[in-house]
Amino acid sequence: MGHTMIEKIIAHNVGREVKPGDIVTVNSDYVMLDDIMMPFIVSKFKEMGFKKVWDPGKVVIICDHLVPASQVDDTRAYHISCDFAEEQGIGNLHRSDGICHQLMTEAGYVKPGHVVFGTDSHTTTYGCVGAFSTGIGYTEMAGILGTGQLWVRVPSTIKVNITGKLPENVMSKDIILRIIGDLTAAGATYKALEFTGDTVENMSVASRMTMTNMAIEAGAKCGLFAPDAKTAEYCGIELDEFQASLKGDEDAVYEAVMNYKAEDFVPVMAVPSNVDHVVPISELGDVNVDQVFLGSCTNGRLEDLMAAAEILKGKKIAPYVKMIVTPASRKVYKEALANGTLEILSAAGAIITHPSCGLCCGRTGGILTDGEVVVATNNRNFLGRMGTSKVNIYLASPKSAAASALAGKICSAEI
Amino acid sequence: MGNIFRFYKDVDTDQIIASQYIIFPTIDEMKGHTFESLDPQFAEKVKPGDFVVADVNFGCGSSREQAPSVLKALGVKAVIAKSFARIFYRNSINIGLPVLICKDLYDNVEAGDEMDVNFEEGTITAGGKTFTCTKLPENLQAILDQGGLIASLDKED
Repeated sequence: MGHTMIEKIIAHNVGREVKPGDIVTVNSDYVMLDDIMMPFIVSKFKEMGFKKVWDPGKVVIICDHLVPASQVDDTRAYHISCDFAEEQGIGNLHRSDGICHQLMTEAGYVKPGHVVFGTDSHTTTYGCVGAFSTGIGYTEMAGILGTGQLWVRVPSTIKVNITGKLPENVMSKDIILRIIGDLTAAGATYKALEFTGDTVENMSVASRMTMTNMAIEAGAKCGLFAPDAKTAEYCGIELDEFQASLKGDEDAVYEAVMNYKAEDFVPVMAVPSNVDHVVPISELGDVNVDQVFLGSCTNGRLEDLMAAAEILKGKKIAPYVKMIVTPASRKVYKEALANGTLEILSAAGAIITHPSCGLCCGRTGGILTDGEVVVATNNRNFLGRMGTSKVNIYLASPKSAAASALAGKICSAEI
Repeated sequence: MGNIFRFYKDVDTDQIIASQYIIFPTIDEMKGHTFESLDPQFAEKVKPGDFVVADVNFGCGSSREQAPSVLKALGVKAVIAKSFARIFYRNSINIGLPVLICKDLYDNVEAGDEMDVNFEEGTITAGGKTFTCTKLPENLQAILDQGGLIASLDKED
């Protein structure tokens, strides 16, 4: 009998065949620790009596949620992060390079077939290069820091097969939002999502990242794309035999298969305040927009900024809209600066900020108040996430976000 | 016996404890803001031994372990839901907060009702009725019984 992608990755890690439901102890190829959780991780690590992390070369600490600090309290996490890195000899410390989920693949850590845990739920992102990666709490992370290991239950898999050519102005964000709407916020809980079909094969790694990033919003343990030539190029490697074998076998057993035709997708938004409350933009009516946020580990990459710039080139956003653009990393920032994208966005009236989590976690740059509407390209529209609990957050693709900034009201890029 | 605080489906971790509070140095400093966006008086009203009851997918969203931790710090005796989000469920067991899956309780109780749990039997009594919960696998029950992952690791030593 054949195997799904996640079964192959876990089997390779533990050195024996596995099936869904098995409880196995896996070895971490990398762990990702973000600044906001560092004070608690370090305190639990000491409480457990550990003195040294199991392998400093496999630990990556990334300051992104709280850098630059917006409140005095935020500086504590930064200093604890730096002090722990120094004390433990951890060289993989990013003080201000961008968002953790962007850096883990961009900076060359995660490779196809790896098993990676992180103290942030969007750790599912690294499935974009065919790695098994998922979020955990700080107590479990402290345990891994001491031992290098964690127990996991091998998940069953839902295959999401998409074929055909996407309509103009539909981005991978529209696809994953629709899938989450169909699955619901709990529809993939404890399961792996495996994305297949010629539509996703034709996507860039950046577009795939948007989809694996949001797998958690359907409750999934991970989201996976089979590594291919684009993955190899992005990771700067040649796929070895194991990595090249990472795709679901034809006779693998799937819990469910969802089939989509690319031509059927339309621009959508997730409307307040559930990610699975997904509505075609054409049905949203007349909604004025106060702010637009283009950024985050979901949609803060070069292709996202360029897609928005294409719509805004030579134009001005509505005078009452604040448009905040937050590149996902320093690398994205520099590339967007070099190719003129930031200039176009700035000329259109956007505010360009430093690379970081920024508004997505409701801490820096642009929090909102009761009754205000924000169209945002990140992954969550939860109550109170970007200011008060009466802010209306609409999640959208970069193109729809740019079009909405231009019109000053919710719309897709066709209008 | 404790009282029921009843919440709907897909309660996310931002609703349990918002991101502006999770950077506070201690759980005790943040617990006063628990469920602030849903019920600003929750932290004042809840008493040790009370219960949180919810529909499906309780604790979805972020990996923040502060979410189960503030509930435990306020004395919530257990969270009973139709289902839980994966990371919240693991975190709860690791910190020693009982999380019980019960398909029937939510639709048969109101906020403020009294209830009690028999953890050994995996049963809940409320309003004169008895409800059955899904039992935890033995290894997880053992972690929970010992008060969480750190306590159970200490015991292994």
